[in-house]
Amino acid sequence: MQSSIETAKFAILILGAAFAWHPAGNAAVQKLVLTGASTVAPLVSEIGRRFELQHPGTRIDVQSGGSSRGINDVRNGTAAIGMVSRDLKPEEKDLHAHTIAWDGIGIILHASNPVAALSQQQIMDIYTGKVSNWKTVGGKDAAITVVNKADGRSTLELFLNYLKLKNSQIKPHVIIGDNSQGIKTVAGNVNAIGYVSIGAAEYEAKHGLPIKLLPLDGIEATVNNVRNGTFPLSRPLNLITRESPSGLARKFIEFARSAEVHDLVEAHYFVPAGVR
Amino acid sequence: MTLWKHTISSRRGYVDGLMLWLLHSAAIISAAVVLLILLFLAVEAWPILNHIPFSHFFTDASWHPGEGMYNLAPMLSGTLYAAAGALLLAVPLGIASSLFILYYASPGIAHGYLRLVELLAGIPSVVYGFWGLTTLVPLINLVQPPGASLLAGILILTLMILPTVALTAHAALSAVPDEYIRAAVTLGMSRWGTIRGIALPAAKAGIAAGTILAAGRAIGETMAVLMVTGNVARHAHSPFDPVRTLAANIALEMPYAMSDHRAALFVSGLLLMTLVMILWGLAAWPGKNIHG
Repeated sequence: MQSSIETAKFAILILGAAFAWHPAGNAAVQKLVLTGASTVAPLVSEIGRRFELQHPGTRIDVQSGGSSRGINDVRNGTAAIGMVSRDLKPEEKDLHAHTIAWDGIGIILHASNPVAALSQQQIMDIYTGKVSNWKTVGGKDAAITVVNKADGRSTLELFLNYLKLKNSQIKPHVIIGDNSQGIKTVAGNVNAIGYVSIGAAEYEAKHGLPIKLLPLDGIEATVNNVRNGTFPLSRPLNLITRESPSGLARKFIEFARSAEVHDLVEAHYFVPAGVR
Repeated sequence: MTLWKHTISSRRGYVDGLMLWLLHSAAIISAAVVLLILLFLAVEAWPILNHIPFSHFFTDASWHPGEGMYNLAPMLSGTLYAAAGALLLAVPLGIASSLFILYYASPGIAHGYLRLVELLAGIPSVVYGFWGLTTLVPLINLVQPPGASLLAGILILTLMILPTVALTAHAALSAVPDEYIRAAVTLGMSRWGTIRGIALPAAKAGIAAGTILAAGRAIGETMAVLMVTGNVARHAHSPFDPVRTLAANIALEMPYAMSDHRAALFVSGLLLMTLVMILWGLAAWPGKNIHG
Protein backbone atom coordinates (compact mmCIF):
# COMPACT_ATOMS: atom_id res chain seq x y z
CA MET A 1 0.00 0.00 0.00
CA GLN A 2 2.78 2.33 1.01
CA SER A 3 4.52 1.82 -2.29
CA SER A 4 1.41 2.50 -4.33
CA ILE A 5 0.96 5.83 -2.52
CA GLU A 6 4.58 6.61 -3.36
CA THR A 7 3.90 5.70 -6.97
CA ALA A 8 0.85 7.95 -7.05
CA LYS A 9 2.86 10.83 -5.57
CA PHE A 10 5.53 10.28 -8.18
CA ALA A 11 2.96 10.24 -10.98
CA ILE A 12 1.45 13.52 -9.76
CA LEU A 13 4.91 15.02 -9.63
CA ILE A 14 5.60 13.99 -13.23
CA LEU A 15 2.23 15.32 -14.43
CA GLY A 16 2.81 18.57 -12.60
CA ALA A 17 6.22 18.92 -14.17
CA ALA A 18 4.73 18.25 -17.59
CA PHE A 19 2.22 21.05 -17.16
CA ALA A 20 4.79 23.44 -15.76
CA TRP A 21 6.91 22.75 -18.86
CA HIS A 22 4.28 24.33 -21.07
CA PRO A 23 6.16 26.86 -23.21
CA ALA A 24 5.27 30.37 -22.24
CA GLY A 25 4.86 33.40 -24.45
CA ASN A 26 4.63 31.87 -27.92
CA ALA A 27 2.01 34.42 -28.81
CA ALA A 28 4.13 36.10 -31.46
CA VAL A 29 6.21 33.35 -33.07
CA GLN A 30 7.98 34.47 -36.22
CA LYS A 31 8.18 31.61 -38.68
CA LEU A 32 10.64 31.16 -41.53
CA VAL A 33 10.06 28.43 -44.11
CA LEU A 34 12.98 26.95 -46.08
CA THR A 35 12.58 24.26 -48.74
CA GLY A 36 14.89 22.64 -51.27
CA ALA A 37 17.94 20.43 -51.74
CA SER A 38 18.23 17.37 -49.54
CA THR A 39 22.01 17.92 -49.44
CA VAL A 40 21.59 21.26 -47.73
CA ALA A 41 18.51 20.52 -45.59
CA PRO A 42 20.21 18.57 -42.75
CA LEU A 43 22.83 21.30 -42.30
CA VAL A 44 20.25 24.10 -42.45
CA SER A 45 18.00 22.40 -39.89
CA GLU A 46 20.90 22.29 -37.47
CA ILE A 47 21.73 25.91 -38.17
CA GLY A 48 18.02 26.64 -37.66
CA ARG A 49 17.98 24.95 -34.29
CA ARG A 50 20.93 27.03 -33.11
CA PHE A 51 19.29 30.17 -34.52
CA GLU A 52 16.05 29.42 -32.62
CA LEU A 53 18.00 29.08 -29.37
CA GLN A 54 19.64 32.46 -29.88
CA HIS A 55 16.46 34.17 -31.07
CA PRO A 56 13.55 33.06 -28.87
CA GLY A 57 10.21 33.51 -30.55
CA THR A 58 11.40 32.38 -33.97
CA ARG A 59 10.73 29.09 -35.71
CA ILE A 60 12.79 27.77 -38.61
CA ASP A 61 10.86 25.22 -40.65
CA VAL A 62 13.10 23.19 -43.01
CA GLN A 63 11.72 20.82 -45.65
CA SER A 64 13.70 18.94 -48.28
CA GLY A 65 12.50 18.10 -51.77
CA GLY A 66 15.28 18.86 -54.20
CA SER A 67 16.89 22.02 -55.56
CA SER A 68 14.12 22.52 -58.14
CA ARG A 69 11.50 22.57 -55.39
CA GLY A 70 13.56 25.22 -53.64
CA ILE A 71 13.56 27.37 -56.78
CA ASN A 72 9.82 26.87 -57.37
CA ASP A 73 8.79 27.54 -53.79
CA VAL A 74 10.78 30.76 -53.66
CA ARG A 75 9.36 31.90 -57.02
CA ASN A 76 5.74 31.35 -55.96
CA GLY A 77 6.34 32.54 -52.40
CA THR A 78 5.59 29.25 -50.57
CA ALA A 79 8.99 29.45 -48.95
CA ALA A 80 10.90 32.55 -47.91
CA ILE A 81 14.25 30.92 -48.62
CA GLY A 82 15.14 28.10 -50.99
CA MET A 83 18.06 25.68 -50.68
CA VAL A 84 19.92 24.89 -53.90
CA SER A 85 22.97 22.62 -54.09
CA ARG A 86 24.45 24.07 -57.30
CA ASP A 87 25.17 27.33 -59.09
CA LEU A 88 22.12 29.19 -60.31
CA LYS A 89 21.40 28.59 -64.01
CA PRO A 90 21.33 31.60 -66.38
CA GLU A 91 17.49 31.59 -66.42
CA GLU A 92 17.49 31.69 -62.61
CA LYS A 93 19.66 34.78 -62.33
CA ASP A 94 16.65 36.86 -61.23
CA LEU A 95 16.99 35.14 -57.84
CA HIS A 96 19.56 36.05 -55.20
CA ALA A 97 22.00 33.33 -54.17
CA HIS A 98 23.83 33.35 -50.82
CA THR A 99 26.51 30.67 -50.56
CA ILE A 100 26.66 29.18 -47.06
CA ALA A 101 29.13 26.37 -47.78
CA TRP A 102 30.98 24.40 -50.44
CA ASP A 103 30.71 20.72 -51.14
CA GLY A 104 33.75 19.14 -52.77
CA ILE A 105 34.61 15.54 -53.38
CA GLY A 106 38.01 14.06 -54.01
CA ILE A 107 39.16 10.81 -55.59
CA ILE A 108 41.03 8.75 -53.00
CA LEU A 109 43.52 5.88 -53.40
CA HIS A 110 45.50 3.86 -50.90
CA ALA A 111 48.65 5.76 -49.90
CA SER A 112 50.89 2.98 -51.26
CA ASN A 113 49.38 3.18 -54.77
CA PRO A 114 52.05 4.59 -57.15
CA VAL A 115 49.44 6.25 -59.40
CA ALA A 116 49.78 10.00 -58.82
CA ALA A 117 47.08 11.42 -61.07
CA LEU A 118 44.17 10.27 -63.24
CA SER A 119 42.47 12.12 -66.07
CA GLN A 120 38.72 12.50 -66.23
CA GLN A 121 38.65 9.92 -69.05
CA GLN A 122 40.70 7.43 -67.01
CA ILE A 123 38.39 7.81 -64.01
CA MET A 124 35.42 7.27 -66.31
CA ASP A 125 37.01 4.12 -67.78
CA ILE A 126 37.79 2.73 -64.33
CA TYR A 127 34.28 3.36 -63.02
CA THR A 128 32.57 1.88 -66.09
CA GLY A 129 34.79 -1.21 -65.97
CA LYS A 130 36.67 -0.55 -69.24
CA VAL A 131 39.92 -0.38 -67.29
CA SER A 132 40.15 -3.04 -64.60
CA ASN A 133 43.88 -3.23 -63.89
CA TRP A 134 46.09 -0.52 -62.40
CA LYS A 135 48.79 -1.41 -64.98
CA THR A 136 46.72 0.24 -67.73
CA VAL A 137 46.87 3.63 -66.00
CA GLY A 138 50.52 3.43 -64.95
CA GLY A 139 50.27 1.50 -61.72
CA LYS A 140 51.29 -2.00 -60.69
CA ASP A 141 49.74 -5.18 -62.05
CA ALA A 142 46.69 -5.58 -59.81
CA ALA A 143 42.92 -5.63 -60.19
CA ILE A 144 41.16 -2.35 -59.35
CA THR A 145 38.51 -2.35 -56.63
CA VAL A 146 35.91 0.25 -57.56
CA VAL A 147 34.17 1.83 -54.57
CA ASN A 148 30.88 3.60 -55.31
CA LYS A 149 28.31 5.41 -53.15
CA ALA A 150 24.77 4.25 -52.40
CA ASP A 151 21.88 5.66 -54.43
CA GLY A 152 20.50 8.97 -53.22
CA ARG A 153 23.74 10.40 -51.78
CA SER A 154 24.65 13.89 -52.93
CA THR A 155 28.29 12.89 -53.43
CA LEU A 156 27.15 10.24 -55.92
CA GLU A 157 25.05 12.80 -57.78
CA LEU A 158 27.93 15.30 -57.98
CA PHE A 159 30.36 12.58 -59.09
CA LEU A 160 28.01 11.29 -61.81
CA ASN A 161 27.47 14.85 -63.01
CA TYR A 162 31.20 15.37 -63.31
CA LEU A 163 31.71 12.17 -65.34
CA LYS A 164 28.41 12.62 -67.24
CA LEU A 165 27.43 9.04 -66.39
CA LYS A 166 24.32 7.30 -65.13
CA ASN A 167 24.60 5.21 -61.99
CA SER A 168 23.63 2.04 -63.89
CA GLN A 169 26.72 2.44 -66.13
CA ILE A 170 29.02 2.17 -63.14
CA LYS A 171 30.42 -1.29 -62.34
CA PRO A 172 31.22 -1.16 -58.63
CA HIS A 173 32.84 -3.82 -56.44
CA VAL A 174 31.93 -2.18 -53.16
CA ILE A 175 29.09 0.21 -52.38
CA ILE A 176 29.40 2.33 -49.28
CA GLY A 177 27.14 4.62 -47.30
CA ASP A 178 28.91 7.44 -45.53
CA ASN A 179 32.32 9.04 -45.99
CA SER A 180 34.00 7.31 -43.07
CA GLN A 181 33.02 3.88 -44.38
CA GLY A 182 34.45 4.83 -47.79
CA ILE A 183 37.70 6.06 -46.29
CA LYS A 184 38.12 2.90 -44.21
CA THR A 185 37.36 0.70 -47.19
CA VAL A 186 40.09 2.38 -49.28
CA ALA A 187 42.51 2.47 -46.33
CA GLY A 188 42.07 -1.29 -45.96
CA ASN A 189 42.48 -2.17 -49.64
CA VAL A 190 45.68 -1.20 -51.48
CA ASN A 191 44.02 -1.50 -54.89
CA ALA A 192 40.83 0.45 -54.20
CA ILE A 193 39.64 3.71 -55.71
CA GLY A 194 36.87 5.73 -54.12
CA TYR A 195 35.52 9.24 -53.77
CA VAL A 196 34.47 11.05 -50.61
CA SER A 197 33.97 14.57 -49.30
CA ILE A 198 37.31 16.36 -49.37
CA GLY A 199 36.88 17.71 -45.84
CA ALA A 200 36.57 14.19 -44.44
CA ALA A 201 39.41 12.74 -46.52
CA GLU A 202 41.81 15.56 -45.71
CA TYR A 203 41.08 15.17 -42.00
CA GLU A 204 41.64 11.39 -41.99
CA ALA A 205 44.78 11.58 -44.16
CA LYS A 206 46.26 14.13 -41.74
CA HIS A 207 45.49 11.79 -38.86
CA GLY A 208 47.54 8.95 -40.27
CA LEU A 209 45.13 6.81 -42.32
CA PRO A 210 46.93 5.45 -45.42
CA ILE A 211 44.92 7.26 -48.09
CA LYS A 212 45.80 9.97 -50.60
CA LEU A 213 43.70 12.49 -52.49
CA LEU A 214 44.30 12.75 -56.24
CA PRO A 215 44.49 16.09 -58.01
CA LEU A 216 41.91 16.65 -60.76
CA ASP A 217 42.81 18.49 -63.99
CA GLY A 218 46.07 19.45 -62.28
CA ILE A 219 44.35 21.08 -59.31
CA GLU A 220 45.14 19.75 -55.84
CA ALA A 221 42.20 18.35 -53.91
CA THR A 222 42.28 20.62 -50.90
CA VAL A 223 39.66 22.36 -48.84
CA ASN A 224 41.16 25.68 -49.97
CA ASN A 225 40.73 24.90 -53.65
CA VAL A 226 37.13 23.88 -52.97
CA ARG A 227 36.53 27.15 -51.15
CA ASN A 228 38.00 29.30 -53.93
CA GLY A 229 35.96 27.43 -56.51
CA THR A 230 38.85 26.15 -58.66
CA PHE A 231 38.51 22.46 -57.85
CA PRO A 232 36.40 20.87 -60.62
CA LEU A 233 34.50 18.40 -58.44
CA SER A 234 32.88 20.96 -56.20
CA ARG A 235 29.69 22.93 -55.92
CA PRO A 236 28.31 25.75 -53.83
CA LEU A 237 25.46 25.19 -51.39
CA ASN A 238 23.21 28.20 -51.72
CA LEU A 239 20.34 29.80 -49.89
CA ILE A 240 18.23 31.67 -52.43
CA THR A 241 15.71 34.48 -52.08
CA ARG A 242 13.44 36.27 -54.57
CA GLU A 243 14.49 39.73 -53.54
CA SER A 244 17.35 41.05 -51.53
CA PRO A 245 16.55 39.54 -48.13
CA SER A 246 15.22 41.61 -45.25
CA GLY A 247 13.98 41.09 -41.72
CA LEU A 248 14.12 37.59 -40.31
CA ALA A 249 15.27 36.01 -43.60
CA ARG A 250 18.21 38.38 -43.74
CA LYS A 251 19.08 37.71 -40.11
CA PHE A 252 19.02 33.98 -40.74
CA ILE A 253 21.13 34.12 -43.91
CA GLU A 254 23.70 36.29 -42.15
CA PHE A 255 23.76 33.80 -39.28
CA ALA A 256 24.15 30.83 -41.66
CA ARG A 257 27.14 32.53 -43.32
CA SER A 258 28.79 33.58 -40.06
CA ALA A 259 31.70 31.94 -38.27
CA GLU A 260 29.25 30.92 -35.52
CA VAL A 261 28.09 27.94 -37.57
CA HIS A 262 31.42 26.83 -39.08
CA ASP A 263 31.57 23.88 -36.70
CA LEU A 264 28.18 22.67 -37.99
CA VAL A 265 29.28 23.10 -41.61
CA GLU A 266 32.46 21.13 -40.98
CA ALA A 267 30.57 18.42 -39.09
CA HIS A 268 28.65 17.81 -42.35
CA TYR A 269 31.97 17.55 -44.25
CA PHE A 270 31.28 20.75 -46.13
CA VAL A 271 33.64 23.69 -46.44
CA PRO A 272 32.52 26.96 -44.83
CA ALA A 273 32.00 29.68 -47.43
CA GLY A 274 34.21 32.31 -45.82
CA VAL A 275 35.52 35.35 -47.66
CA ARG A 276 36.51 34.76 -51.27
CA MET B 1 -17.04 -12.82 10.38
CA THR B 2 -19.02 -13.69 7.31
CA LEU B 3 -19.11 -10.06 6.37
CA TRP B 4 -15.32 -9.88 6.72
CA LYS B 5 -14.86 -12.93 4.53
CA HIS B 6 -17.24 -11.54 1.95
CA THR B 7 -15.32 -8.27 1.77
CA ILE B 8 -12.06 -10.08 1.16
CA SER B 9 -13.39 -12.34 -1.55
CA SER B 10 -15.08 -9.50 -3.38
CA ARG B 11 -11.90 -7.50 -3.14
CA ARG B 12 -9.92 -10.42 -4.43
CA GLY B 13 -12.37 -10.74 -7.29
CA TYR B 14 -11.86 -7.09 -8.05
CA VAL B 15 -8.08 -7.44 -8.08
CA ASP B 16 -8.31 -10.53 -10.28
CA GLY B 17 -10.57 -8.68 -12.65
CA LEU B 18 -8.17 -5.76 -12.79
CA MET B 19 -5.20 -8.06 -13.41
CA LEU B 20 -7.09 -9.92 -16.12
CA TRP B 21 -7.95 -6.64 -17.79
CA LEU B 22 -4.34 -5.42 -17.52
CA LEU B 23 -2.91 -8.63 -18.92
CA HIS B 24 -5.47 -8.68 -21.73
CA SER B 25 -4.59 -5.15 -22.75
CA ALA B 26 -0.86 -5.89 -22.54
CA ALA B 27 -1.35 -8.90 -24.81
CA ILE B 28 -3.50 -6.92 -27.23
CA ILE B 29 -0.98 -4.07 -27.34
CA SER B 30 1.92 -6.46 -28.08
CA ALA B 31 -0.03 -8.12 -30.87
CA ALA B 32 -1.21 -4.76 -32.17
CA VAL B 33 2.34 -3.42 -32.37
CA VAL B 34 3.29 -6.15 -34.85
CA LEU B 35 0.17 -5.52 -36.90
CA LEU B 36 0.74 -1.76 -36.75
CA ILE B 37 4.30 -2.19 -38.00
CA LEU B 38 3.01 -4.27 -40.91
CA LEU B 39 0.31 -1.70 -41.60
CA PHE B 40 2.86 1.12 -41.40
CA LEU B 41 5.18 -0.67 -43.85
CA ALA B 42 2.27 -1.23 -46.22
CA VAL B 43 1.12 2.40 -46.01
CA GLU B 44 4.64 3.72 -46.64
CA ALA B 45 5.14 1.30 -49.52
CA TRP B 46 1.76 2.08 -51.07
CA PRO B 47 2.83 5.16 -53.13
CA ILE B 48 4.98 2.90 -55.31
CA LEU B 49 2.88 -0.27 -55.16
CA ASN B 50 -0.14 1.53 -56.60
CA HIS B 51 1.59 2.65 -59.78
CA ILE B 52 4.23 -0.01 -60.33
CA PRO B 53 3.09 -3.65 -60.64
CA PHE B 54 4.55 -5.83 -57.88
CA SER B 55 6.26 -8.10 -60.46
CA HIS B 56 8.63 -5.21 -61.32
CA PHE B 57 10.39 -5.76 -58.00
CA PHE B 58 11.59 -9.09 -59.39
CA THR B 59 11.80 -8.48 -63.15
CA ASP B 60 13.45 -5.03 -63.49
CA ALA B 61 16.95 -5.05 -64.96
CA SER B 62 18.64 -4.02 -61.70
CA TRP B 63 18.31 -1.99 -58.50
CA HIS B 64 18.88 1.60 -59.60
CA PRO B 65 16.08 3.51 -57.90
CA GLY B 66 17.45 6.80 -59.21
CA GLU B 67 16.63 5.55 -62.72
CA GLY B 68 13.33 3.86 -61.87
CA MET B 69 14.63 0.29 -61.66
CA TYR B 70 13.64 -1.59 -58.53
CA ASN B 71 14.75 -5.23 -58.74
CA LEU B 72 14.87 -6.60 -55.20
CA ALA B 73 15.70 -10.20 -56.19
CA PRO B 74 19.51 -9.81 -55.81
CA MET B 75 18.97 -8.51 -52.28
CA LEU B 76 16.67 -11.42 -51.50
CA SER B 77 19.27 -13.93 -52.70
CA GLY B 78 22.00 -12.04 -50.85
CA THR B 79 20.02 -12.18 -47.60
CA LEU B 80 19.32 -15.89 -47.98
CA TYR B 81 22.90 -16.80 -48.98
CA ALA B 82 24.38 -14.89 -46.05
CA ALA B 83 21.93 -16.28 -43.48
CA ALA B 84 22.14 -19.85 -44.79
CA GLY B 85 25.93 -19.76 -44.94
CA ALA B 86 26.17 -18.45 -41.40
CA LEU B 87 23.75 -21.11 -40.11
CA LEU B 88 25.71 -23.83 -41.90
CA LEU B 89 28.81 -22.81 -39.94
CA ALA B 90 27.30 -21.65 -36.66
CA VAL B 91 24.90 -24.52 -35.94
CA PRO B 92 27.49 -27.36 -35.89
CA LEU B 93 29.99 -25.12 -34.09
CA GLY B 94 27.41 -23.97 -31.56
CA ILE B 95 26.17 -27.46 -30.79
CA ALA B 96 29.75 -28.72 -30.54
CA SER B 97 30.56 -25.89 -28.10
CA SER B 98 27.62 -26.76 -25.86
CA LEU B 99 28.50 -30.48 -25.93
CA PHE B 100 32.06 -29.59 -25.01
CA ILE B 101 30.89 -27.49 -22.07
CA LEU B 102 28.47 -30.11 -20.76
CA TYR B 103 30.16 -33.43 -21.42
CA TYR B 104 33.86 -33.04 -22.18
CA ALA B 105 35.37 -30.02 -20.43
CA SER B 106 36.53 -30.04 -16.82
CA PRO B 107 34.23 -27.88 -14.59
CA GLY B 108 36.74 -25.01 -14.46
CA ILE B 109 37.27 -24.87 -18.21
CA ALA B 110 33.54 -25.34 -18.86
CA HIS B 111 32.73 -22.38 -16.63
CA GLY B 112 35.33 -20.13 -18.28
CA TYR B 113 34.30 -21.19 -21.77
CA LEU B 114 30.62 -20.54 -21.02
CA ARG B 115 31.46 -17.02 -19.78
CA LEU B 116 33.45 -16.43 -22.96
CA VAL B 117 30.51 -17.46 -25.15
CA GLU B 118 28.21 -15.21 -23.12
CA LEU B 119 30.64 -12.33 -23.64
CA LEU B 120 30.61 -13.03 -27.38
CA ALA B 121 26.81 -12.66 -27.30
CA GLY B 122 27.09 -9.27 -25.61
CA ILE B 123 29.41 -7.55 -28.10
CA PRO B 124 27.51 -4.88 -30.09
CA SER B 125 27.14 -5.65 -33.79
CA VAL B 126 28.89 -2.44 -34.87
CA VAL B 127 32.05 -3.68 -33.14
CA TYR B 128 31.91 -6.90 -35.17
CA GLY B 129 31.36 -4.86 -38.31
CA PHE B 130 34.26 -2.56 -37.58
CA TRP B 131 36.56 -5.49 -36.89
CA GLY B 132 35.36 -7.12 -40.11
CA LEU B 133 35.96 -3.98 -42.15
CA THR B 134 39.47 -3.33 -40.84
CA THR B 135 40.75 -6.89 -40.36
CA LEU B 136 38.69 -9.57 -42.07
CA VAL B 137 38.02 -7.76 -45.37
CA PRO B 138 41.70 -6.89 -46.00
CA LEU B 139 42.59 -10.53 -45.25
CA ILE B 140 40.07 -11.88 -47.77
CA ASN B 141 41.29 -9.23 -50.20
CA LEU B 142 44.72 -10.89 -50.16
CA VAL B 143 43.12 -14.13 -51.35
CA GLN B 144 40.63 -12.71 -53.80
CA PRO B 145 39.87 -8.98 -54.28
CA PRO B 146 37.83 -6.96 -53.43
CA GLY B 147 37.56 -8.64 -50.02
CA ALA B 148 34.21 -7.10 -49.14
CA SER B 149 32.16 -10.15 -49.99
CA LEU B 150 29.49 -12.69 -49.16
CA LEU B 151 32.18 -14.71 -47.40
CA ALA B 152 33.05 -11.82 -45.08
CA GLY B 153 29.34 -11.40 -44.30
CA ILE B 154 28.95 -15.12 -43.57
CA LEU B 155 31.96 -15.16 -41.25
CA ILE B 156 30.83 -12.08 -39.31
CA LEU B 157 27.29 -13.43 -39.02
CA THR B 158 28.64 -16.79 -37.86
CA LEU B 159 30.49 -15.07 -35.03
CA MET B 160 27.36 -13.17 -34.11
CA ILE B 161 24.89 -16.07 -34.06
CA LEU B 162 27.28 -18.70 -32.70
CA PRO B 163 26.62 -17.67 -29.07
CA THR B 164 22.85 -17.75 -29.66
CA VAL B 165 23.07 -21.33 -30.95
CA ALA B 166 25.57 -22.39 -28.29
CA LEU B 167 23.67 -20.90 -25.35
CA THR B 168 20.24 -22.20 -26.39
CA ALA B 169 21.72 -25.64 -27.13
CA HIS B 170 23.44 -25.54 -23.74
CA ALA B 171 20.14 -24.68 -22.03
CA ALA B 172 18.27 -27.40 -23.95
CA LEU B 173 20.91 -30.05 -23.20
CA SER B 174 21.08 -29.06 -19.51
CA ALA B 175 17.32 -29.57 -19.33
CA VAL B 176 17.61 -33.22 -20.36
CA PRO B 177 16.58 -35.13 -17.17
CA ASP B 178 19.51 -36.56 -15.23
CA GLU B 179 17.84 -39.99 -15.02
CA TYR B 180 18.13 -40.39 -18.79
CA ILE B 181 21.88 -39.83 -18.67
CA ARG B 182 22.33 -42.01 -15.58
CA ALA B 183 20.30 -44.80 -17.15
CA ALA B 184 22.48 -44.63 -20.25
CA VAL B 185 25.61 -44.80 -18.11
CA THR B 186 24.31 -47.86 -16.22
CA LEU B 187 23.58 -49.51 -19.55
CA GLY B 188 27.26 -49.10 -20.31
CA MET B 189 26.77 -46.68 -23.22
CA SER B 190 29.82 -44.72 -24.31
CA ARG B 191 29.92 -40.96 -23.81
CA TRP B 192 29.38 -40.25 -27.51
CA GLY B 193 26.68 -42.94 -27.62
CA THR B 194 24.86 -41.21 -24.74
CA ILE B 195 25.12 -37.85 -26.48
CA ARG B 196 23.99 -39.13 -29.85
CA GLY B 197 21.37 -41.57 -28.65
CA ILE B 198 19.93 -39.79 -25.60
CA ALA B 199 20.94 -36.16 -25.05
CA LEU B 200 20.63 -34.77 -28.59
CA PRO B 201 17.26 -36.37 -29.43
CA ALA B 202 15.84 -35.23 -26.08
CA ALA B 203 17.06 -31.65 -26.62
CA LYS B 204 16.03 -31.53 -30.30
CA ALA B 205 13.15 -29.08 -29.87
CA GLY B 206 15.22 -26.62 -27.86
CA ILE B 207 18.13 -26.75 -30.29
CA ALA B 208 15.75 -26.22 -33.24
CA ALA B 209 14.21 -23.20 -31.49
CA GLY B 210 17.68 -21.75 -30.92
CA THR B 211 18.54 -22.26 -34.59
CA ILE B 212 15.41 -20.41 -35.69
CA LEU B 213 16.25 -17.58 -33.29
CA ALA B 214 19.74 -17.43 -34.79
CA ALA B 215 18.32 -17.48 -38.32
CA GLY B 216 16.10 -14.53 -37.44
CA ARG B 217 19.09 -12.59 -36.21
CA ALA B 218 21.15 -13.51 -39.27
CA ILE B 219 18.42 -12.31 -41.63
CA GLY B 220 17.80 -9.06 -39.78
CA GLU B 221 21.38 -8.09 -38.89
CA THR B 222 22.19 -4.80 -40.55
CA MET B 223 25.16 -2.71 -39.51
CA ALA B 224 27.84 -5.38 -39.27
CA VAL B 225 26.78 -6.91 -42.58
CA LEU B 226 26.55 -3.52 -44.25
CA MET B 227 30.16 -2.83 -43.36
CA VAL B 228 31.67 -6.01 -44.82
CA THR B 229 29.59 -7.37 -47.72
CA GLY B 230 30.34 -4.72 -50.34
CA ASN B 231 26.62 -3.98 -50.88
CA VAL B 232 26.58 -4.37 -54.66
CA ALA B 233 23.02 -5.32 -55.60
CA ARG B 234 23.86 -8.23 -57.89
CA HIS B 235 23.37 -11.99 -57.55
CA ALA B 236 26.52 -13.58 -56.12
CA HIS B 237 28.17 -16.35 -58.16
CA SER B 238 30.86 -17.17 -55.63
CA PRO B 239 31.48 -16.50 -51.92
CA PHE B 240 34.00 -13.85 -53.00
CA ASP B 241 31.36 -11.77 -54.80
CA PRO B 242 29.88 -8.78 -53.01
CA VAL B 243 26.21 -8.99 -51.99
CA ARG B 244 23.63 -6.62 -50.51
CA THR B 245 21.09 -7.82 -47.96
CA LEU B 246 17.55 -6.45 -47.65
CA ALA B 247 18.27 -4.95 -44.24
CA ALA B 248 21.49 -3.32 -45.47
CA ASN B 249 19.61 -1.92 -48.45
CA ILE B 250 17.27 -0.02 -46.13
CA ALA B 251 20.00 1.25 -43.82
CA LEU B 252 22.25 2.26 -46.72
CA GLU B 253 19.75 4.29 -48.72
CA MET B 254 17.00 5.44 -46.37
CA PRO B 255 18.74 8.57 -45.05
CA TYR B 256 18.65 10.27 -48.45
CA ALA B 257 15.80 8.51 -50.23
CA MET B 258 12.79 10.44 -51.46
CA SER B 259 9.36 9.67 -52.97
CA ASP B 260 9.38 6.44 -55.06
CA HIS B 261 12.88 5.46 -53.94
CA ARG B 262 11.79 5.76 -50.31
CA ALA B 263 8.61 3.77 -50.92
CA ALA B 264 10.66 1.06 -52.69
CA LEU B 265 12.81 0.76 -49.56
CA PHE B 266 9.64 0.14 -47.56
CA VAL B 267 8.80 -2.61 -50.06
CA SER B 268 12.14 -4.18 -49.22
CA GLY B 269 11.15 -3.85 -45.56
CA LEU B 270 7.88 -5.66 -46.29
CA LEU B 271 9.80 -8.40 -48.07
CA LEU B 272 12.14 -8.78 -45.09
CA MET B 273 9.18 -8.99 -42.74
CA THR B 274 7.54 -11.63 -44.96
CA LEU B 275 10.76 -13.63 -44.96
CA VAL B 276 10.91 -13.57 -41.16
CA MET B 277 7.23 -14.56 -40.92
CA ILE B 278 7.77 -17.52 -43.26
CA LEU B 279 10.66 -18.58 -41.06
CA TRP B 280 8.49 -18.37 -37.95
CA GLY B 281 5.82 -20.41 -39.72
CA LEU B 282 8.39 -23.08 -40.51
CA ALA B 283 9.56 -23.01 -36.91
CA ALA B 284 6.06 -23.69 -35.61
CA TRP B 285 5.66 -26.70 -37.91
CA PRO B 286 8.19 -29.25 -36.58
CA GLY B 287 7.57 -27.87 -33.10
CA LYS B 288 4.03 -29.21 -33.22
CA ASN B 289 5.25 -32.65 -34.28
CA ILE B 290 7.73 -32.81 -31.45
CA HIS B 291 5.24 -31.91 -28.77
CA GLY B 292 2.43 -33.98 -30.30
